[in-house]
Amino acid sequence: MRLLDLFRARKPAQASASAAKERLQIVLAHERIGRTREDFLPKLQQELVAVVARYVAIDPAKVAVNLERGGDMSTLEIEIELPGPQAMRLQAAASR
Amino acid sequence: MAEVIVVTSGKGGVGKTTTSAAFGTGLAQRGKRTVVIDFDVGLRNLDLIMGVERRVVFDIVNVIQGEAKLNQALIRDKRVDTLAILPASQTRDKDALTKDGVRQIIEELSRDFDYILCDSPAGIEKGAMLALYFADQALIVTNPEVSSVRDSDRILGVLQSRSRRAEEKLGRVKEHLLVTRYDPARVERGEMLKLEDVQEILAIPLLGVVPESESVLRASNTGTPVILDAESIAGQAYKDAVDRFLGEDVPHRFLEPERKGLFRRLFGGRAA
Repeated sequence: MRLLDLFRARKPAQASASAAKERLQIVLAHERIGRTREDFLPKLQQELVAVVARYVAIDPAKVAVNLERGGDMSTLEIEIELPGPQAMRLQAAASR
Repeated sequence: MAEVIVVTSGKGGVGKTTTSAAFGTGLAQRGKRTVVIDFDVGLRNLDLIMGVERRVVFDIVNVIQGEAKLNQALIRDKRVDTLAILPASQTRDKDALTKDGVRQIIEELSRDFDYILCDSPAGIEKGAMLALYFADQALIVTNPEVSSVRDSDRILGVLQSRSRRAEEKLGRVKEHLLVTRYDPARVERGEMLKLEDVQEILAIPLLGVVPESESVLRASNTGTPVILDAESIAGQAYKDAVDRFLGEDVPHRFLEPERKGLFRRLFGGRAA
């Protein structure tokens, strides 16, 4: 086996180490900032949903929150599904 | 006054106990009166790595709870006469450790020793917090691997905010980076984080690099701190680290892959 290895062409290097470095730098940049204050995301989500619910009847199960942390910019995405006209009519009928 | 050094990492399995045993033995070999304390209550292992497992009678919890005197619990090493070990308890849980209890033990040990090495358990719970609380210096043991580097960064944050030095504003805990299980061949192939990358990310002074070596398992098999294996590259790397710690200017070794000739490539021969 060893003898064969000697003559076998080297596989191209998989430079996964650079991916490791990049991922670490991004995650640590965020964690170092976040170290001093507590995680605000759950509260932010709660309050946003409460505000929307004041104006529109929404299903709490149909709220999706996503956070994408990047090197230069992060994106906070909050998706709240609003009921369609049909659901609204049914709701109105039920409350009558 | 003794200097208190915590050996910590956050992540488990990176080489804290191996380092505590080797570094403690190395300091003692240099004539420093050194005691190594195992803070991993419930999962005692320093005794085994240092080969004194059959001599444990009392442990740190017995001392804290007043069931034994500190001197009864201390195990004097038979190989290096300035070295002692204070084992952890195996049967109690980590709540048996208290800040006051640990403070008293460290104060008492300070009278008889130059260095008190605290071998931290993994994690950031009570045992780990107490192991680092009284530290003047910290050896941050890190593998060139993403989760280990992240956890080291986390532990550095804890040292800077929740150690006694931080709380009592006594000045920063002096941090030293010790990269272990480093494999220069894999680094060269781009499969492993480079030393420079780990240094750049953690941004603390480098004390040493211990290469991946078969001698570490051999040392733990026999209960011999690997630094006593002067032939092995890991043992030599630890010795260099101790010398640097004591202020000597020692160049880093074992950072390049070993170039094997045809003969060794054919018939084996791995890192000693």
